Amino acid sequence: MSFIRNPKDFWAGVLFIAFGLAAVIIARDYALGTAGRMGPGYFPRGLGIIMIALGLILSLRAVRMTGPRIQFGSFKPLLIVLGSVIVFAMAAPRLGLIVATILLIVISSTASHEFRLKEALISSVALAAFTLAAFVYGLKLQLPTWPWFIQ
Amino acid sequence: MELITNLGIGFGVALTLQNLFYCFGGVLLGTLIGVLPGIGPVPTIAMLLPITYALPPVSALIMLAGIYYGAQYGGSTTAILVNLPGEASSVVTCLDGYQMARQGKAGKALAIAAIGSFIAGTFATLLVAAFAPPLAEVALKFGPAEYFSLMVLGLIAAVVLASGSLVKAIGMIVLGLLLGIIGTDVNSGLQRYSFGIAELSDGIGFVVVAMGLFGFAEIIVNLERTEHREVFTNKVSGLMLKWSEFKEALPAIIRGTGIGSVLGILPGGGALLGAFAAYTVEKRIAKDPSRFGKGAIQGVAGPESANNAGAQTSFIPMLTLGIPPNAVMALMVGAMTIHSIQPGPQVMTSNPQLFWGLIVSMWIGNVMLVILNLPMIGIWVKLLQVPYRLLYPAILLFCCIGVYSIQNNVFDVYLTALFGVLGWLFVKLECEPAPLLLGFILGPMMEENLRRALLLSRGDWTVFATRPISAVMLGMAVILLLIIVAPSIRKKREEAFQEG
Repeated sequence: MSFIRNPKDFWAGVLFIAFGLAAVIIARDYALGTAGRMGPGYFPRGLGIIMIALGLILSLRAVRMTGPRIQFGSFKPLLIVLGSVIVFAMAAPRLGLIVATILLIVISSTASHEFRLKEALISSVALAAFTLAAFVYGLKLQLPTWPWFIQ
Repeated sequence: MELITNLGIGFGVALTLQNLFYCFGGVLLGTLIGVLPGIGPVPTIAMLLPITYALPPVSALIMLAGIYYGAQYGGSTTAILVNLPGEASSVVTCLDGYQMARQGKAGKALAIAAIGSFIAGTFATLLVAAFAPPLAEVALKFGPAEYFSLMVLGLIAAVVLASGSLVKAIGMIVLGLLLGIIGTDVNSGLQRYSFGIAELSDGIGFVVVAMGLFGFAEIIVNLERTEHREVFTNKVSGLMLKWSEFKEALPAIIRGTGIGSVLGILPGGGALLGAFAAYTVEKRIAKDPSRFGKGAIQGVAGPESANNAGAQTSFIPMLTLGIPPNAVMALMVGAMTIHSIQPGPQVMTSNPQLFWGLIVSMWIGNVMLVILNLPMIGIWVKLLQVPYRLLYPAILLFCCIGVYSIQNNVFDVYLTALFGVLGWLFVKLECEPAPLLLGFILGPMMEENLRRALLLSRGDWTVFATRPISAVMLGMAVILLLIIVAPSIRKKREEAFQEG
């Protein structure tokens, strides 16, 4: 798409417009009220409109002014890091903190270009022990510690 | 002298064994996390915040303030030794600090950073103690119209003084305000933007937003880079400065303290702006500017003093007006709300123990920084030798457990991951996340004051222009915007942020 001279600004504008539109559309059902007696829809709808306006300025300007391209690089770190967090969130309530810790550390470690399996395993066990000592016994967090079938 | 009586109250609170312990713990933990490469004060505070939930409010705030200074100083250590700024305000410290380290003067750079920070911290604490009460006095007379205009001015000033595109920054604020609305409307009881999800009825936790945008996104972006960095860890020795070196650095410390104190009060300033300005000033007035960037001691002393002074004075608008001037203070406001303290001018009169205790503990925190950092520098250096591939999974773990423990609910962890994606996208699109956090914290307050102001005026919008204080503040906001849009100044501003 060659008419976009400043992709960073253009897509930031698109993002703003999308958020603004979503805000306005969802707020359709909220009572607007008047300025003197504001309903719950007044402030959010106003913000949504400002958001759309700012997005339009950014995107339209990006067609005229040139800017650097977006550097995406590898998507591996994004997917692995956030994937490991989601695995942690799925595991923690049922399998407990210790298992969730080991899963999080081992999975997230693979995102580094210097990943070594043995090292990651050792580190996961050490951090699981630290979690047990600091969070479970030290700070006494009331979170499930062990898998449900052990307790 | 009222000031002395007040400081007396403060010392009475801050010097209790319990609070000294939490202050020390905060400084220690803050330095410990802050020294890790790529973690600035915002994720550090967000990560450690859950620890303070169980404490009494005064101790919690004292500990958080300690964490802030610790994180800030830890960031400078990393900047000097690894050339990896943990946050924007130590970018300038990298310039000459890292060069000093390469010349084998790492110990001296660290020592002057600590001494400069201490002098600046002492002066700035006195400034806070002297200026906070009269300012709070004025703020008590503010009605909803004044408050709304003040928030507009604060937010506009915050984006004008920050670097980057103005339109994007304002957009990020508005997005933050919108995110702040999520949850139950206090006036009608209506659930807004909660999509029928029970967990969203209380709104999104600010720790979730801060951790996702600053913590997770930072880790992901760091992992995308693969370049290798040289760490000067074996060469840290000779912390003692020669008298001549100290004399060389002292004027820079004094100038840095002054610049940092003033700029720290301004919205959006905080530590960052002061550090940049101090470096520029030092370079400009130096007899031989070519030494800068090659290990000039003034290039470390000035910005380091300025960023610590600014870190301290940025408490003034937060404590007296309840309006956070930067992302760190936004977190502090959030923390106060958790302890059901509504930040604002009334805190000083309704809760003098907390107010003065916090101020005095700022100074005690600074003393602890010096005591802690100079002898223990060896330990921090050891931490820097831990490779990033072992470090980031551990950081990720502490973030996850921290978020999970806030409400014993994994929903917050999923939400943080979502903000991580958003934060990563913002980095790619060059949208600064700090204004979003400011808007997020101020959102509910802003809506409430707007609503009240217009209710009192029966829907008449001119109330913002006819009430003098409100008009002056809105006028200032407009002038700031016009100035920044003017092409000549815009160019100068870009140059200023190019320095360093």
